[in-house]
Amino acid sequence: MPPNGHSQASWLIELDTTTDPKRISTHVAWGGGLSFGDDPAGYEPAPQTGIRRGISGWSIFAVTLAAVVCLPLISVLILALNPSENIWPHLLDTVLTNYIINTLLLMLGVGIGTTLLGVSTAWLITHFEFPARSYLKWLLLLPFAVPAYVIAYVYTDLLEYAGPVQSTLRSVFGWKLASEYYFPAIRTLPGAIIMMVLVLYPYVYLLARSAFVEQSASVLEAARALGANRSARFYKVALPMARPAIMVGIALVLMETLNDYGTVDYFAVSTLSVGLYDVWLSMNNLGGGAQIASLCLLFVIVLIGIEKISRRNQQNYQHSASRFRVTKRVRLQGAKAFWAFLLCGLPVLLGFVVPAIVLAKYAVIYFDVSWDENFRRTAINSVMLSAVAALCAVSIGVFLSYAKRLHPTRWMQSSISIASLGYAVPGAVLAIGVMIPFAAVDNRVDALAREWFGFSTGLLLSGTLFALVFAYTVRFLAVAYGSIDASMKKISPSMDDAARSLGKSHSNILFRIHLPLMRGGVITAALVVFVDCMKELPATLVLRPFNFETLATQVYQYASDELIGESALYALLIVLVGLVPVIMLSNTIDRAGDVEPKP
Amino acid sequence: MDPVTTNKLFPRLAKVLALCASMPLAAPVAADVNVYSYRQSYLIDPMFEAFTEQTGIKVNTVFAKKGLIERLVNEGNNSPADLLITSDIGRVLQGVEAGVTQPIESDKLNDTIPANFRDANNHWFGISARARLIVVAKDRVTEDELTSYADLASPALKGRICTRSGKHDYMVALIASQLAHNGEEATTTWLSNLKTNLARKPQGNDRAQIKAIAQGECDVAVVNSYYMGVMLSDPEQAPAAQTVRIVFPDQGGNGTHMNVSGVSMTKSAPNKMDALMLMEFLVSEEAQALYAEVNHEYPVRTDMKASNMVAAWGDFDYDSLSMSDIAAQRALASKLVDRVGYDN
Repeated sequence: MPPNGHSQASWLIELDTTTDPKRISTHVAWGGGLSFGDDPAGYEPAPQTGIRRGISGWSIFAVTLAAVVCLPLISVLILALNPSENIWPHLLDTVLTNYIINTLLLMLGVGIGTTLLGVSTAWLITHFEFPARSYLKWLLLLPFAVPAYVIAYVYTDLLEYAGPVQSTLRSVFGWKLASEYYFPAIRTLPGAIIMMVLVLYPYVYLLARSAFVEQSASVLEAARALGANRSARFYKVALPMARPAIMVGIALVLMETLNDYGTVDYFAVSTLSVGLYDVWLSMNNLGGGAQIASLCLLFVIVLIGIEKISRRNQQNYQHSASRFRVTKRVRLQGAKAFWAFLLCGLPVLLGFVVPAIVLAKYAVIYFDVSWDENFRRTAINSVMLSAVAALCAVSIGVFLSYAKRLHPTRWMQSSISIASLGYAVPGAVLAIGVMIPFAAVDNRVDALAREWFGFSTGLLLSGTLFALVFAYTVRFLAVAYGSIDASMKKISPSMDDAARSLGKSHSNILFRIHLPLMRGGVITAALVVFVDCMKELPATLVLRPFNFETLATQVYQYASDELIGESALYALLIVLVGLVPVIMLSNTIDRAGDVEPKP
Repeated sequence: MDPVTTNKLFPRLAKVLALCASMPLAAPVAADVNVYSYRQSYLIDPMFEAFTEQTGIKVNTVFAKKGLIERLVNEGNNSPADLLITSDIGRVLQGVEAGVTQPIESDKLNDTIPANFRDANNHWFGISARARLIVVAKDRVTEDELTSYADLASPALKGRICTRSGKHDYMVALIASQLAHNGEEATTTWLSNLKTNLARKPQGNDRAQIKAIAQGECDVAVVNSYYMGVMLSDPEQAPAAQTVRIVFPDQGGNGTHMNVSGVSMTKSAPNKMDALMLMEFLVSEEAQALYAEVNHEYPVRTDMKASNMVAAWGDFDYDSLSMSDIAAQRALASKLVDRVGYDN
């Protein structure tokens, strides 16, 4: 249903455009690239403030940059036009319904689970005081550092028949065979939902919390004065105000769910991504696989569209930043305090403590097998690569966001929206999308060099770390850009005007005014991309140079053979290295939240 | 970052860039052999190390389970890769079909590798093999209850069989071999009967099927011999593996289906001579002994035995149908899996 009478196509690429003059003013410290029409902004640069709609070096460079980032996505779409065989009649006759139902159920389950868990914990942490709250505040972020495929291996190991849980039950109750008692099977669709919820809810928690933290107490007090009880204040005031931020979190969660292959493959849940790899690898039809990837993209676009439409008639809220007051937390007593503690403690226990203990146990047992003299090298590779990719994603994010601020044209907004979709494409497919333009450029340059200068340049970019960093950037730009753009929009355009009137250049203003003000958002973006890159696997595997290992590839080479013991040491290290940024991340939000924010 | 530190931004960036430059930015090409491998590094590194020790030629690898053939296709004539190694002939044949391999004339390879384990046009060569076994619960299945893949469809086994996903390479290859021998109609019936015999929805890998027998969840499973070897030599997993008995299927019939790892020379191989040396080394007695001892695989050389543990499972006849004929049925096999709803 195209709103505003636009054609379907222009509606699709307009997801990021902001046509509504009234805006929800919830301040979000972090958001995804797919903002939903009403960007969480207190201020919006308007044309009359000296920010021009027009063409300049900034806009040309930004659109070009966004186009380069779109290249892999375009390659995938082009691949989809050339299947070796039309797979749809076969899929329609057989498994397509199954793929789609499983995918929808998985997305529904993970979406609901992460929302409930993320929003409720964020609300408790923001508004109540209970035992261990100040620790749980950042402990709740830790599961973010655990890759979904790792947690799936860990829980299968724990909960399968031969695992410690069932063995203990058997020895306590004297059972012998599996048929003598009921135990829920872990390798099922519900199992996959639970695994993904446990490691993905931090996206929602992070966003919901920063949204709640930045809601002024005066708004909630006004609701109270009007007779709203606690639950009404939450459902009718706080939640709708935080909705844009929460939706960004859910969108990131759902995109991760769509592109996950490791967990669903291991749990034998036939989703679209399983079907995609099957068509590609078993039926030797990469084009058909790319068509399924395009179908996944359509899922995301439709979902975001539905969300946008469902909010069209909703009232927008405004609060004046100058009257912002920090909410006082209510101290919970007795049973209530215990339940709050339990609700916030359980995700940490199940999503982080349990996997970490299991991994640590195996890391000790299998230390001699998995220890490799290149261990240090591998860890450094991972950290360096993730750091460089985070730097790139953040730099591009800042540049695009600032260029859009200077020239908020439709071209700019459309190209940035499309550039953010890379997150929804399964990693190995995106990697092929990266490979194609890189190899094409390399071979072209080589051909020209041979023709003109009589020597071969070989492959300059393909198979280098440059290609890998590019792939990471494309994949995680959505995550970085969202955070940065949200921060950028909080800066009043009067700052730009004042600096311009003092004769400063645009780049000077960016470096000396915006970047220092956006610090929180930029650091958050960098850290989240860093953790995501540490965990990244499919693109790393196929694009990396010779003999180049990261912690994730080391985990995979054993884990892909279900050698969980041998992979534990490296898995544990991913989790430990991921911890550092997660803790820093938490401090960033606190600085924005517990201290009174600057208007 | 406050405004004052902006001046320090560029030195910092320079530092980061300098660190990047210290990483291996480009692929090493000269005087080495470069391998794209669909097999895990830990399974092939021991052979490569032995090769380097013997010849002084370094072997560089990239391991991935998806996309390496696409990488070869896109890199074209400038690809640094010399060899493509896969864990299954089906995959190597996709490379041959994509036109990224070249034929190799080597008496050493042709004399050592049995004809059905190599390509008639010399594009690929089998280097090690695993048998697709049937394993049964020692205490719940009698000696002659089950002797062939066809028996897996027998009504007597209703609700007693476990396998991994029908979409896994090894299952697809087994179904493809049934297609090559018995045709589409018979194989469809067989697969759909096998499906009704399953004790649970296909899941996990081969190791998980053996554990399921140990747990009493099923009595029969189809597994790769390599996993039996690995489990029996792991003190934690050996008890589960000891509850099953190995059946070599189709003895006296078509013979047991084999999963064969293959190697191919890329069309653009920049280090052809050294790469050929490595190919020949992989079927040498030394490397084949490593495949047998370290990986519990069957050597492709007919003059060599498996490791003591694996050899103790008994001698058997393997399916002598050409690997290419089997691989040609893979796409159809994969569709059959969808048609009978094997994984549902």
